[in-house]
Amino acid sequence: MPAEPTLRPDADEVLKRVQRAEAQAGRGRLRIYFGASAGVGKTYAMLVQAQKLAAGGRDVVVGIVETHGRTDTAMLLRGLEVHPLREIRYRDRTLGEFDLDGILARRPALVLVDELAHSNVPGSRHPKRWQDITELLSVGIDVFTTLNVQHLESLNDVVGGITGIRVWETVPDKVFDDADEVVLVDIPAEELIARLEAGKVYLPEQADRAASNFFRRGNLMALREIALRRTADRVEEDVQAYRSDRAISPVWKTEAAVLACIGPAAPDIGVARSAARLANQLAVPWHAIYVETPPLQRLPDIERERILKTLKLAESLGAKTAVLSAPSIVEAVIEYSRKHNLSKLVLGRPPKRWRPPWARRTHAEIGRLAPDIDVLEVGIAQGGDQHRAARAAFDLDGEPAKARRMRRYGYAAAACLLTALVAAPLRHHFDLANIVMLFLLAVVVSGVKWGRGPAVSAAFLSVALFDFLFVPPRLSFAVTDVQYLLTFAVMLIVALVTGQLAGGARFQARVAARREERARALYEFARELSGALLPEQVTDISDAALRRTFGSDVRIVLPDADDRLVVDDADAPFPIDAGIAQWAFDKAQAAGAGTDTLPGTDVLYVPLRAPMRTRGVLAIRAHREQLLLLPEQRQLLDTFATLTAIALERVHYIEVAQQALIQIESERLRNSLLAALSHDLRTPLAALVGLADVLQRQGETLPAATRELATAIRDSAMNMSALVNNMLDMARLQSGQVKLRLEWQPLEEVVGSALRETARLLADHHIEIAMPSDLPFARFDAALVERVLVNLLENAAKYTPRGATVRIAAEVAGNALTVTVSDDGPGVPAGQEEAIFEQFVRGEKESATPGVGLGLAICRAIVTAHRGHIVAANPPGGGARFTFTLPLEAMPAALDAPEDDGVEPAAAAPP
Amino acid sequence: MSAASEVAGVRSVVFIEDDAQIRRFVKSALESEGWRVFEAVTLKQGLTTAATRQPDLVILDLGLPDGDGVEFITEFRGWSPVPVIVLSARAAEADKIAALDAGADDYLTKPFGVGELLARVRAAERRRAQGSGAKDSVYRFDDVCVDLAARTVEKNGAAVHLTRIEYRLLCVLIANAGRVLTHRQLLREVWGPTHGEDTHYLRVHMGRLRRKLETDPARPRFLLTETAVGYRLLG
Repeated sequence: MPAEPTLRPDADEVLKRVQRAEAQAGRGRLRIYFGASAGVGKTYAMLVQAQKLAAGGRDVVVGIVETHGRTDTAMLLRGLEVHPLREIRYRDRTLGEFDLDGILARRPALVLVDELAHSNVPGSRHPKRWQDITELLSVGIDVFTTLNVQHLESLNDVVGGITGIRVWETVPDKVFDDADEVVLVDIPAEELIARLEAGKVYLPEQADRAASNFFRRGNLMALREIALRRTADRVEEDVQAYRSDRAISPVWKTEAAVLACIGPAAPDIGVARSAARLANQLAVPWHAIYVETPPLQRLPDIERERILKTLKLAESLGAKTAVLSAPSIVEAVIEYSRKHNLSKLVLGRPPKRWRPPWARRTHAEIGRLAPDIDVLEVGIAQGGDQHRAARAAFDLDGEPAKARRMRRYGYAAAACLLTALVAAPLRHHFDLANIVMLFLLAVVVSGVKWGRGPAVSAAFLSVALFDFLFVPPRLSFAVTDVQYLLTFAVMLIVALVTGQLAGGARFQARVAARREERARALYEFARELSGALLPEQVTDISDAALRRTFGSDVRIVLPDADDRLVVDDADAPFPIDAGIAQWAFDKAQAAGAGTDTLPGTDVLYVPLRAPMRTRGVLAIRAHREQLLLLPEQRQLLDTFATLTAIALERVHYIEVAQQALIQIESERLRNSLLAALSHDLRTPLAALVGLADVLQRQGETLPAATRELATAIRDSAMNMSALVNNMLDMARLQSGQVKLRLEWQPLEEVVGSALRETARLLADHHIEIAMPSDLPFARFDAALVERVLVNLLENAAKYTPRGATVRIAAEVAGNALTVTVSDDGPGVPAGQEEAIFEQFVRGEKESATPGVGLGLAICRAIVTAHRGHIVAANPPGGGARFTFTLPLEAMPAALDAPEDDGVEPAAAAPP
Repeated sequence: MSAASEVAGVRSVVFIEDDAQIRRFVKSALESEGWRVFEAVTLKQGLTTAATRQPDLVILDLGLPDGDGVEFITEFRGWSPVPVIVLSARAAEADKIAALDAGADDYLTKPFGVGELLARVRAAERRRAQGSGAKDSVYRFDDVCVDLAARTVEKNGAAVHLTRIEYRLLCVLIANAGRVLTHRQLLREVWGPTHGEDTHYLRVHMGRLRRKLETDPARPRFLLTETAVGYRLLG
């Protein structure tokens, strides 16, 4: 490499590589089996490799493989998992198609998808199979596929030129270049012909005749060479990537970047392909532009549409595209290439036709004005006739535009006739030279008002009228004086010049007006949006603005809380395909008309992408699809979508902020209310309990009956206190505002403190504890879990007779800690196992046992907040059993308590 | 100790509480135990009373009309080591911890029984007596005997092997027997000031200590857990 070797890689380059590696980390790998023509054995090679991998334990699935009835290939399918094809009804036929969704759901490690260039049956998600494969790769599934050289977009016309057969199914070169591996499957031409003769090559029936032409030895050799060279190019790229990885040399020669100029002529598709090939070989980026000049503005719609399609093709070949409006192609092209640092221009050779010798050809002009830019001229392929025919056919349809044009000519003619009428009575008073001036005025007016064509016709008509009516001999076209020829010539030139100038000025004005209109539309839209405070306002404003700007029907669909779009077709201007809209939303990519995804519909779905996330989908149904193809229109639409999305996001965050404020406010209110309640209720209860205690402690001085009364007061007050606690806790838990103070701790501690708390209640019960001593630490809120245990123990004390056994057990079950509190009492009323966890439900109605049935509801609320669950059951042995779980996580290693040194205290240094 | 109480042998307590009924029964209960009770209704009044009366004990309600009881403790601890028992509402674990960290010795949750209160008062008194008197080098609880001078621990007469940290933890608990020690206080005492938040260390070692000293570690009788607050050695 002549370039000076750099020791350190460029930072941008490294970043790019890191990003690429990152993007690839989650992506599946694509391997393409590449061959010069059908019959070289690509599918066979692919299957052989797949068999090997499957034998090695890889999860391989055959998505679709065409065996074309060849037994040796079919044999290779044995033992592989073949995914069934999806059946699609198309024009009363059922066609089998590769099942993309099925494979996405099955998610194998590797899927075989034959025939990369295949076009899907209409009604599939993507029109092309390579798009299916791109989606498979994006979710991390590896893909093996096959491809013939003639299906590569940039080589399509070259191969077509050699073999005389054009294929319409093409694959963008980007797919081929981005493939992780390309395996060239190659056999010599002779062998292929031998295989063909042996009937080993599959040919579709309709191609039979063409095939005999195709499979000529010379053709095959040429194809083979092209395939080899293309593969070699790719290998070269790999090597370059490798070199740049190792910082051996800079790779990107931006100074050699290529610019393709697309015009209305049919061969410009060839220009795009050639530029793509050139850029690919040079490993440089490339651009494709279309400069719209006043004459080009007047092209019929079908022509413009074709230009836009060519631009789209260029885009799919990896170009950056733009449509420029300028009065001069040459200046616009030079300015663009200077701005983007493009040094190679690719132009189509203009069609052969008569041109005045002083009219410069575009590329000659470029050469004159910008001598440093290389200009490459691409030859014309055949096929121009076809386009002319199409154009002619279209002109019949373009009636309104034609009528308008005719009207302009009519006006010009009328202006001339009017001039003649006015001049007729004046001819005796004025010199003929002045009469001519009047006609000249009519020509100038025609040029300014109706353009060049009408001006020229006005010039001819004026000359004719002048000659016929004024120049002697009058009322005849004979011209006696030669000097009038000069008058004609001047008139004609004036007509042409004024028409041209006025036309240019008008065009400029129109371009400026349109630009201003766009800017104003955007400005007004942004201003209106800035005042919106509700999502409905935003959608209404953007709906109206889009309708105004694009003159199309628009709908904005917003998602619900689960990110599902809410599509309601009632009162809508047009129905929306919820599936496509959801796809566009999920992938944050445009879908529908004018895109690569499900273009079969007439509605374009644009995701509303905001900085944080996608906020919805904008659906637009254009009256003409062309509108959606125009790059500047799409850009404008995208800008509108972005503005809408940002406004939606802003409104969303306003809402969030308000919600947060309300929440903080209500939380504060609730907390102070609860604190006040808790204080105000507990204080008198504390007094009640204490006073009863004091009374009780008077001892012998009081009669026994009075002491009992004191005890009763005390117990009632304690019950009342428990009730107040439960109600306050429930209120707190239900508000959802309880913050768990999660800490790593042993369950043993809370069991111990819960037992201590209920010691008095359970004084007459037997307590059994079954907890392994190596129970792991769990992460929970100690105060709340203690509350669960206390409530369960209180329940056990309440509903079992004296002397009953209460058992607490804990164990690790799966990734949860299971805690059981059981007793041998009467058990939970049958059928009530679930209902007792409801608020205010009790095992026995209206019983003397105190409590309102909040205890278990609180337990459930606490356990649920810990992401566990709690159930009640009556085990076969009798009694009631309450079981709750606490999720166990692995305790972070950092939290593991360090072992201390284990030194005998006596031996340690004195403290 | 104030001169007056020393002479008469009467212990005095300052009781700060805004509810008249509670004041009434607490006063009656304490007086029946021979305490002299000085009442205060507000935080300010409480500080003045505590300063002038030089009590042997302070009992304090956290929710006072003119301020938080924690403020009282912080100020009071500036000039007196006398035990402080806190009365609080149940819901406020954080308040309890704040009060204990500020220097309170013990807490009681409302509503509480007179018996409970008196038990806490006695424990505080005992601790104070120990603190002022000569330190006994042998500490006993249940069937455990800790000889602080010889640095040996015995349970049921058999020697128990403790690691350095376990022993230090036990020593801190013994030195504060009867007091509730918050997790933070224990961590600071045993591990030093940098480990204020690592409560799981404490829990691990506390569990081991229990296993070595308690007969039934799931139902400890002396090494008690004050849920979400800390630990206490029943003394």
